[in-house]
Amino acid sequence: MSGRPVWDADRAAERIEALRHEPGALLPILHALNEEFGYIDEAAVPLIARALNLSRAEVHGVVSFYHDFRDAPPGAHVLKLCRAEACQSMGADALAADARSRLGIGWGETTADGRVTLEPVFCLGLCACAPAAMLDGKVIGALDRERLGGLLDRARRS
Amino acid sequence: MTRGRIFVPRDAGALALGAEEVERAIVASARRVGVELEIVRTGSRGLYWLEPMIEVATPQGRVAYGPLRAQDVDSLFEAGWLDGGIHPLRLGQAEEIPFLRRQQRLVFARCGVIDRLSLDDYRAHGGWRGLERAIALGPDATTEEVVRSGLRGRGGAGFPTGIKWRTAAQAKAARKYVVCNADEGDSGTFADRMIMEGDPFVLIEGMTIAGIAVGAGKGYVYVRSEYPHAIETLSRACELARRAGCLGERILGSPYSFDIEVRVGAGAYVCGEETALLDSLEGKRGMVRAKPPLPALKGLFGEPTVINNVISLASVPSILAEGADSYRDLGFGRSRGTMPIQLAGNLRYRGLFEAAFGLSLGELVDEVAGGTASGRPVRAVQVGGPLGAYFPQALFDTPFDYEAFAARDGLIGHGGVVAFDDTVDMARQARFAMEFCAVESCGKCTPCRIGSVRGVEVIDRIIRNERREENLALLRELCETMKFGSLCALGGFVPYPVISALTHFPEDFGLPVSEKATVA
Repeated sequence: MSGRPVWDADRAAERIEALRHEPGALLPILHALNEEFGYIDEAAVPLIARALNLSRAEVHGVVSFYHDFRDAPPGAHVLKLCRAEACQSMGADALAADARSRLGIGWGETTADGRVTLEPVFCLGLCACAPAAMLDGKVIGALDRERLGGLLDRARRS
Repeated sequence: MTRGRIFVPRDAGALALGAEEVERAIVASARRVGVELEIVRTGSRGLYWLEPMIEVATPQGRVAYGPLRAQDVDSLFEAGWLDGGIHPLRLGQAEEIPFLRRQQRLVFARCGVIDRLSLDDYRAHGGWRGLERAIALGPDATTEEVVRSGLRGRGGAGFPTGIKWRTAAQAKAARKYVVCNADEGDSGTFADRMIMEGDPFVLIEGMTIAGIAVGAGKGYVYVRSEYPHAIETLSRACELARRAGCLGERILGSPYSFDIEVRVGAGAYVCGEETALLDSLEGKRGMVRAKPPLPALKGLFGEPTVINNVISLASVPSILAEGADSYRDLGFGRSRGTMPIQLAGNLRYRGLFEAAFGLSLGELVDEVAGGTASGRPVRAVQVGGPLGAYFPQALFDTPFDYEAFAARDGLIGHGGVVAFDDTVDMARQARFAMEFCAVESCGKCTPCRIGSVRGVEVIDRIIRNERREENLALLRELCETMKFGSLCALGGFVPYPVISALTHFPEDFGLPVSEKATVA
């Protein structure tokens, strides 16, 4: 995930233009921008509003409704830990507490060195391989403290 | 050079357990020993405690090995596994593993067996026969076939699928839609994900049949963003189907046209509710709509829309191919056909178990799943996702059936079964249910939006033993309000886990163990 481009209004306008004529284009546009920049920059809201003939409030309302759309750039690595029941039954709460204390951050926060963002996720559909996680889009099952430690160490280094 | 043919799962669950690393080790080992290897990429058979499970084609049939780690691979080659050689990780034929042998796979018949993206494999294993029959029958007879099968929506509500189709079919409109709800957000469920990753063409076929039946030209699959592998596989499958004439203009040379677009959710649980999903597809906040109007009459972009769960739609091809009667002959009470039950969480044999309705919860948890993975006693089983009730052992005789679970203040929902051992704190689980509802509420109705926040506070007071009796009464009253006053199942069903935890596990709320039998 590292090496993501910084906010670029021209590039954003291109991505918006490519999708604006799709029916129900707002979510595909937001996904495109979130994928490109890692978050939805505030400056994107008026661009999207104009392209789709919506009010800025409507666009903001949609951006803020969905968990996927971040309001700030994430760290170089994004670790999502599943917090739902199937993972709870296999010790996810203790793992999450461990991750938070190792990283020294809470849910949705990024370490001060900008290396790791920790996000909760409610179910990755890996409920038969619990506890489950996703690091930079790569799925991980049967997670334990030792493996979590290894993942975090690597993420903080690379 | 000797040759070998192996079947490697590309299912997200298998990948999460290291299938990719194992595959790399196999390729390297094969090169070293001079074997030319053909790798067929399948979905998962759904035996997750054995994943990564890799099958080898031998003259005696497919032989499975698992769970494999990269460091096992050299010894597999030494044991001659490509000819089915003996090895401690040899499982024999997958179909003979008791967990799989006990199943009746209709929807998942091909999952984990075929190359998930091979149209030839799909056809060779019975694919497109349902669609061909639907084309021959025409729209009305196709709809009636689905009505007659008794298929009920597998997303959770259990509404008869054929009735939805008939309503949409009879609606007069220039444009209609088929929407597939693939926003499988319930913890403990992964059947939709497995099908999209392991047999995507069956969903495409089911949606196309729905399109012909109701007269829709366009379909959307709304897949949750937490399922990147499913999104990729399904998108590629749509492309392949389109190129082969199984989607698009004049499907299979018939007068019917239908195409499918894959859309991605954005991490909102409530979008699994069908009307919130439609709003989300339209590019809005996923707010629940009041019904009526029914989506079948006024759905996506205001047009008649059939919206069905992945498994409902994936059940349709075999219903059409084999006939409604063969499907209706399976099952229990008003729950006809098979249900892919997902055994998850703290269970020894975890995975997908497709069977006719009617097995008891105890049979599933104790016999099929072999009790807990931790080896401790099972204490509570949550059935039907975060809005499903927690069942104690005393209710293990409940048959897996929509009505039987409802009669015991529970629900089967999308078929997820999550087991907890005796270390679970049920007051904490009740609190989590309310907390989850508070986070995920769309905010449209007050009982859900405010009630869930108050619910967390009241449970916290109960846990802290602050005026406990008074707060327990308040919690019960709040749950009544949420149950009857909420607009959709999120606020309306969250009382199930809360009240069931309180009823069956009062000791976790600081109350004496209930003396009355907990069996209804």
